[in-house]
Amino acid sequence: MSEATATIAADARPRLPHGVRLVHNEAQGGLVLLAPERVFKPDAIAAEILKRCTGEASFGQIVDDLAATFSAPRDRVLTDVTALLRSLADKKLLEL
Amino acid sequence: MAQSSEKLPRPLGLLAELTHRCPLACPYCSNPLQLDKRGDELDTATWARVFGEAARLGVIQVHLSGGEPAARRDLVEIMAAAHQAGLYTNLITSAVGLRPETFSALVDAGLDHVQISIQDSDAHSADHIAGYEGAFERKRALAAAVVARKVPLTVNAVMHRANIDHVSDMVELALSLGASRVEIAHVQYYGWALPNRAMLMPTREQVDLAVAAVEELRTRHHGAIVIDAVVPDYYARFPKPCVGGWGRRSLNITPSGKVLPCHAAESLPDLEFWSVRDRSLADIWISSPAFQAFRGTSWMQEPCASCPRREQDFGGCRCQAFALTGDARATDPVCHLSPHHAMVAELAAVRTEAAYIYRR
Repeated sequence: MSEATATIAADARPRLPHGVRLVHNEAQGGLVLLAPERVFKPDAIAAEILKRCTGEASFGQIVDDLAATFSAPRDRVLTDVTALLRSLADKKLLEL
Repeated sequence: MAQSSEKLPRPLGLLAELTHRCPLACPYCSNPLQLDKRGDELDTATWARVFGEAARLGVIQVHLSGGEPAARRDLVEIMAAAHQAGLYTNLITSAVGLRPETFSALVDAGLDHVQISIQDSDAHSADHIAGYEGAFERKRALAAAVVARKVPLTVNAVMHRANIDHVSDMVELALSLGASRVEIAHVQYYGWALPNRAMLMPTREQVDLAVAAVEELRTRHHGAIVIDAVVPDYYARFPKPCVGGWGRRSLNITPSGKVLPCHAAESLPDLEFWSVRDRSLADIWISSPAFQAFRGTSWMQEPCASCPRREQDFGGCRCQAFALTGDARATDPVCHLSPHHAMVAELAAVRTEAAYIYRR
């Protein structure tokens, strides 16, 4: 919550923890994030971010990749992705 | 007015009550007073078929519950079938009767998540509430095994008059066990909890303190543990959106195969339930009289029918409306707009220190 924890290290490797899965579900109309007794339907942007959180790419690489893929300013992408990943981590839906 | 033009929702969650057998005797058990017998339980192959049907219908999470699901000797096969159907598997257990090798086999077969019920932060009190000596220690042991296998753990803490003052200790206990999530679930008065209501009901002061404590705990442990709290609805102003709306998000299968819109639905009169022994789950979801009875808003009476919140809380809980007013179509009387609302406070004020009626 504090400013100190609001940033994410560039070499962090975000990944979905055990028990959290991103799956495609035809009947529910697209990607769903499955978590302990919770189900989230990510919007298109969140889905693009989550797909990259495999534990392989670093946070810096993910931001670079998204900025390049969507021709968006890197600063803006960094801010948005940080906010989303931090919020998911607080809900135990992501490991940083 | 029928709502045929409205797109039929698809269920997300399936509560699979594998058995009503349970070594514990909690006086607030949500199982019906008339328990299904062992000989009437669905077999492994039927559960496997049903999980496939559920996945095709849109279900993504299955909650393997009971009773105590570990009372089934084929629990691992049942869980594996759910996993192979592509469902997210959640084991809801008391921890009593679940042997370490069975738990290990469940994880090997793809178990996604475990929820352990804990009756109190103090071992002696917890065992008294559960009606089972030594249960608390078994829960600690299973929690350690779950965390050791890196499976996410939820602690389910059912709160009532005897333990509500320990809500902070319960959250601390969940943290110390390594849980990533804790459910503060105030007793809902159905099933066995209804005849035990006067023994379980907390006071307004206790509830207010507990609600404030949970808010403070959420801030203090932000990012360390997720705290989900179910509001004690006898003290609420608005009703809960029970099961997210009747026949809208979830379904429940009893040990003998009856498909219910919610686990207490058998307490309602004149509802016709269909069984997975006779029909497919999709057929039941779409067409069974029980699912159609309170789906949507066309069944509502005033004040629900014209209420701006009617698609937010769906008139509250049908089982509670019937239990308290005798009319299953009535507004849930915990709603302050219900003409019967005053009765709820009167019922909540009835308290006794008599012994629990244990579920046996």
